[in-house]
Amino acid sequence: MMILQVQGVSKNFGGLQALSNVTFDLPEGQILGLIGPNGAGKTTLFNVINGVYTPSEGRVIFRGKDVTGQKTYHMAHAGMARTHQIVKPLNDLTVMENVMVGACFGRESHNLKKARQIAEEVLDFVGLAERAEQLAGSLNVGQKKRLEMARALASHPYLLLLDEVLAGLNPSEIAHMVDIVRRIREQGITIIMIEHVMHAIMNVSDRILVLDYGQQIAEGSPEEISQNPKVIEAYLGDPKLAERLMEGGE
Amino acid sequence: MKTLKNHLGLITSLVIVILIAIAPIVSGNAASREVVFTILRAIVLASSLNILLGYTGYVSFGHIVFFGFGGYVGFYLITAQGQSLWVAMLAGGVVSGLLAYLLGKAILRLRGAYFALATIGVNEAVRAFINNFEPFGGPTGMTMNFSVYQEYGGAMKALEMSFYIMLVLALLVVVLSYVVRTSKFGLGLLAIREDEDAAEVMGVVAPDAKTWAFVLSAIFPGMVGALFFFKNGSVEPLDAFPLHTSIEMIVMVMLGGQGTVLGPILGAAGYQRMRGLLVTSPIFKNIQLAVSGGLLLLIVLFVPAGVIGWARQRWPKLRRVLQ
Repeated sequence: MMILQVQGVSKNFGGLQALSNVTFDLPEGQILGLIGPNGAGKTTLFNVINGVYTPSEGRVIFRGKDVTGQKTYHMAHAGMARTHQIVKPLNDLTVMENVMVGACFGRESHNLKKARQIAEEVLDFVGLAERAEQLAGSLNVGQKKRLEMARALASHPYLLLLDEVLAGLNPSEIAHMVDIVRRIREQGITIIMIEHVMHAIMNVSDRILVLDYGQQIAEGSPEEISQNPKVIEAYLGDPKLAERLMEGGE
Repeated sequence: MKTLKNHLGLITSLVIVILIAIAPIVSGNAASREVVFTILRAIVLASSLNILLGYTGYVSFGHIVFFGFGGYVGFYLITAQGQSLWVAMLAGGVVSGLLAYLLGKAILRLRGAYFALATIGVNEAVRAFINNFEPFGGPTGMTMNFSVYQEYGGAMKALEMSFYIMLVLALLVVVLSYVVRTSKFGLGLLAIREDEDAAEVMGVVAPDAKTWAFVLSAIFPGMVGALFFFKNGSVEPLDAFPLHTSIEMIVMVMLGGQGTVLGPILGAAGYQRMRGLLVTSPIFKNIQLAVSGGLLLLIVLFVPAGVIGWARQRWPKLRRVLQ
């Protein structure tokens, strides 16, 4: 079953075409990696999927229902959760309360008591249990990223959108986070993740979608993508350039 | 016992309100009762405003509009329609809540400074409307026939009764404030205060939550307005919609600690005491509002969390008691 279908989605801001005609289907249980150079439109695509923006054209279908133009809270109720590239902790609330918001107002809409129980489980899962009573504003970046993850998970979503959860983390934190992502998938949650840390995303994704200047330039397994000339060009410039330079040198 | 312990914050707050009110109850001194009456009124107004300002993070500069509007409607019902004080208070609360609901739908889409500006506009607009609304007496307002008090055992009795009703309202508003603070609805409001976009992404239906917070923050001021002008015996636009009282309400909330239950109570009591001293002092009586402004500036600069917020940070162990 397709959990998410993105059909011909375009988004422009005034004259800037941030996304043009993006189309893909996401089967349940997969991890889809979303890569592309800075400014390629990856976060914009997330914003269109979870209702921050209404697409200029095209449709978004979530679990068989057309959800194009729905508000972010509708998407949360329908079972979609996300993290933010620039973390958005609720600074003056405790870590526990932050996660309880996710459980209280997300898909399952629990009461406070049950929400606390879920928050405890989720905090334990992401390794923040001992910081539960601390204010969220006092966490460091790595912990804030895990808090974003915990808040999203507390709603028990069907689909999780992860926006650069590895950025700014040190190698051991990256390993920890990748492990968390794998274990989330084992619970049957479908994931789309935006990432710049290539070895991590190539490792963890079932499929990869590449955006460049709002265009979908490639889609396929990690192996296919790593050998796709268009992708190499987008990241490194002209792939023939190296060859020509070598030839010219002789 | 266990449930009592879980609600220590509520008990502390209620006990403090009662302690504030106890002196005139015991002594029966009418002058001290009048002083405490204004303090209790300030507690109701500040605690109500706190639901919007402290919990939801929206600054309303025109919150006194609900006091004035509820007061006018209640006064009209008593004098022109011969209704009882009870009906008047109920109606005052209902119409203020309704006004907040309609306003909320219109202006709560605005954020930050724009919302604050809009609330000033609303207060001025309602005052201008009442100024020109003949059934409410236009610019001269309305006065109450003394005989109305006969129903309540004479003017003296009516004054005394007003005090006790105000005390009950103050206790009720503290309960409301606490229930909101500790409920799931309140958690949603706090999330909106911290980051409205993030809250919505997590599923908080911010437009609805904000509107209901606004309504809850308007009901008690409306009831207090009806009671206040019943006791006052007359109502006129300048008394009903004083913009500076709106700002004093903000100072009270900020002084005690926005977003806490106890903060606005202490802030209201402390501010009213200070105000009482200032207006009776020959040096400060004409510039007491300037002192409030200066005080607000100092709070925002040095103790933005207010007295209770500061104490909660300083002594985390006290958090259960100081909510």
